[in-house]
Amino acid sequence: MQGKVIDVTIDTIVGEVMNMKNDGQRFVTFSTYQEAEGKLGILYHFDKDLEDTHLRLVVDMDKPIPSVSGVYFAAMLVENEIRDQWDVKFDGLVLDFNRTLFLDPEVTQVPLVSNVKIQPKK
Amino acid sequence: MAITVIPFGPQHPVLPEPIHLTLKVEDEIVKEAIPALGYVHRGLERLVEIRDYHQMITVCERVCGICSMIHGTCYSQCIEELMDIEVTDRAKMLRVIWSELHRMHSHLLWLGLFADAFGFEALFMQFWKVRERIMDINEATAGSRVIVSVNIIGGVRADLSPEQLRWILSELDIAEKEIKDMQNTIMNDYTVKTRTCGIGVLSYDQAYELGAAGPTLRGSGVASDMRMNGYGAYGELDIEPIIETAGDCWARCTVRFREVLQSIDLVRQAISKLPEGELAVKVKGNPPEGEVYARVEQPRGECVYYIKGNGTKNLDRLRIRTPTFANIPPLLTMLPECELADVPVIVLSIDPCISCTER
Amino acid sequence: MFGSFIKKSRAKSPWIMHFDCGSCNGCDIEVLACLTPLYDVERFGIINVGNPKHADVLLVTGTVNHRNKKVLKNLYDQMPEPKAVIAIGACGNTGGVFREAYNVVGGVDKIIPVDVYVPGCPAKPEAIIDGVVLGLAKFAQKVEEAE
Repeated sequence: MQGKVIDVTIDTIVGEVMNMKNDGQRFVTFSTYQEAEGKLGILYHFDKDLEDTHLRLVVDMDKPIPSVSGVYFAAMLVENEIRDQWDVKFDGLVLDFNRTLFLDPEVTQVPLVSNVKIQPKK
Repeated sequence: MAITVIPFGPQHPVLPEPIHLTLKVEDEIVKEAIPALGYVHRGLERLVEIRDYHQMITVCERVCGICSMIHGTCYSQCIEELMDIEVTDRAKMLRVIWSELHRMHSHLLWLGLFADAFGFEALFMQFWKVRERIMDINEATAGSRVIVSVNIIGGVRADLSPEQLRWILSELDIAEKEIKDMQNTIMNDYTVKTRTCGIGVLSYDQAYELGAAGPTLRGSGVASDMRMNGYGAYGELDIEPIIETAGDCWARCTVRFREVLQSIDLVRQAISKLPEGELAVKVKGNPPEGEVYARVEQPRGECVYYIKGNGTKNLDRLRIRTPTFANIPPLLTMLPECELADVPVIVLSIDPCISCTER
Repeated sequence: MFGSFIKKSRAKSPWIMHFDCGSCNGCDIEVLACLTPLYDVERFGIINVGNPKHADVLLVTGTVNHRNKKVLKNLYDQMPEPKAVIAIGACGNTGGVFREAYNVVGGVDKIIPVDVYVPGCPAKPEAIIDGVVLGLAKFAQKVEEAE
C-alpha cells in the first residue's frame, strides 16, 4: 500500500489523529475491512502535499470506538457510514444518525458483516 | 424570531438527483442544515462477493454515470497494482484521453445545470449544445455516449486510429471556440455575478480542515489536484492545478470553466505524445492477498479506492470514497447564514453527485 | 366541446416528470439531454415539470431501494389520473447490475405499475424518445377510457 502505515490502539487513536491535525494533514477518509471474526479493521487515511499516511486500528466490534469527529468534523459522515454498515458504536459522535444515514429504519440486517450472504439471482 | 423547518428535496426541480436537506430557517436566513441521504444507496461494495474481479469493472463504472470512465480507470489501476501488471504506455495515454473527455462533458453538464439553477436557461442550452460534441466523440470512439467502458484489467479495449485522432482534434477546436464564446457570460455577466459572488463562502482553512475535494477545494485556493501525483500517464503531461482564491460560488464555477479549457489542452498534449504499442497485456490468475489504496482525480475531486484481495477471484473488500462524500461537510458549513433563495445555487456549487456519494 | 379540447391537448402536449430512483446518473443525464438543443423534445409539446400534480407521464430511472420506494409511491399517488409510467434503463426494468445488492428491491414495477420499459445501460436519448412516444399512445388510450 502506498504511504506510511502506523498501527494505533483504541486508547491512542484520538491523540494520534490530533497529532495529524496539528501536523497540517488533510483528512481524507476511513476504510474498513473484516480483520477476523468479530474484529473490525479501520484505516484512517490522511494526506499532506500528496503524501499518504494511514493509521491502522483494529477493534472488537462489540466495544464502542472513540469518535474523532470532535477533531475533524468531516469524520462525522464516514463514522455514521461505518455505523450503518457494521453496527458498531462510536463514543462522542457529534451528529449520530443512529444507523439511518443510508439505511431505512425498516432494514434490520447489518450489510457488511458476513452473517448475511447475498445470493446470485437467476 | 421563531425557527421554521423547511424540507428541501428529495424531489426538487433544481436537483436531478434525490438528496434531502432539513433547513432550519429564521425569517429568510438559513440557520442550520441537516442532510438525509440514502435515497440512492444500493450497496454495491458488497457485490465483490459474487462478481469476480473482471466483472467488477462493470459495476464500478456504474457507481456514477458521469465520472464512469475515471471510476473504471481507478479500479483497474488498483487491480493492476495488486497483481503487479505493467500496462503499456499507449493504453495509459488512451485512458488519459478518454478521462479528459469525460471531465469535459461532466463540467459542461454541470455548468449548464448551474446556469439553470439561477434561472439562466439560454446558457444551460448553450452549454449542453457544446457538450453534445464531446458525447459524439465518445460514441464514435467507444460506442457509447455516457458509460464508455473502455477499461479492462491490463489496458483498454478500444483503439483510436489516426483519422479518429485528427477528427477529435478538429472537433475540439470547434468546441473550444464555442466554449470561449461563453466565457464572458459565465464569468462577467451582471446576473451571474449577482447570484454567485460572495455566496456560500468557504475559506482556505475551512476547506482544508473539512477535507473538501476537487474544485470545491481549489476554489478556496488550495492547490490540490491528484493528477499532480502523476498516476497513469499524467506524469508525462504538462499540468498545473487551477485555483481561485475567493472561495464563493463564482470561484468554484470559474475553476470548473477553466478546467474545461485545461482538459482540451491535455487531450491535445496526450494525442501529440501518444506512443505506439499494444493495447492490453494478458492477465492470468487471481489477485493475490494484499491491500491497495489509490487516489485519482475525478471531475468532482479526488476519489479514493481501497481494495483488499484474498487470493481468490473475488475480492475481500472494495471501499470507494467519492468526492461528493467529502464535499458534504463543507456544504453544511456553507449553508448557515445564507438566504433561502440561494440554497439551490450553493448546493449545486459543490457539484453534488448523489449516486457517487451513496453507492 | 371543452372536454374534447382538453382530451386532445392532454395527449398532444404531455407534461412529463422525471424521478431519479437510485440510478447511476447515466440515464438521468440522457433524459435531460432529450430536452436540450440536439434532441429537443419540447418541439413535440413535451415539457419537463418538477411538480407531480402537474404531470401526466412519470419517467423513472434506476433501481428501487428501501428508502426511495415510499417517495416513488408517494409521487405516483400524487399524479392526477390518467397517468402513464415509463421505466428507463436496465436498472429501472429489472435492477440491472445492482439486482443482487443488499439495499436493492428491484425494478420499478415492484412498486408501481409500469406501461413502457426502455432498455439500455444507459438508455440512449433516441430510445427514451421512442419510449415516450409509445407511452403517449397508451396514455391517449387511457384518456379515451377515462371518459
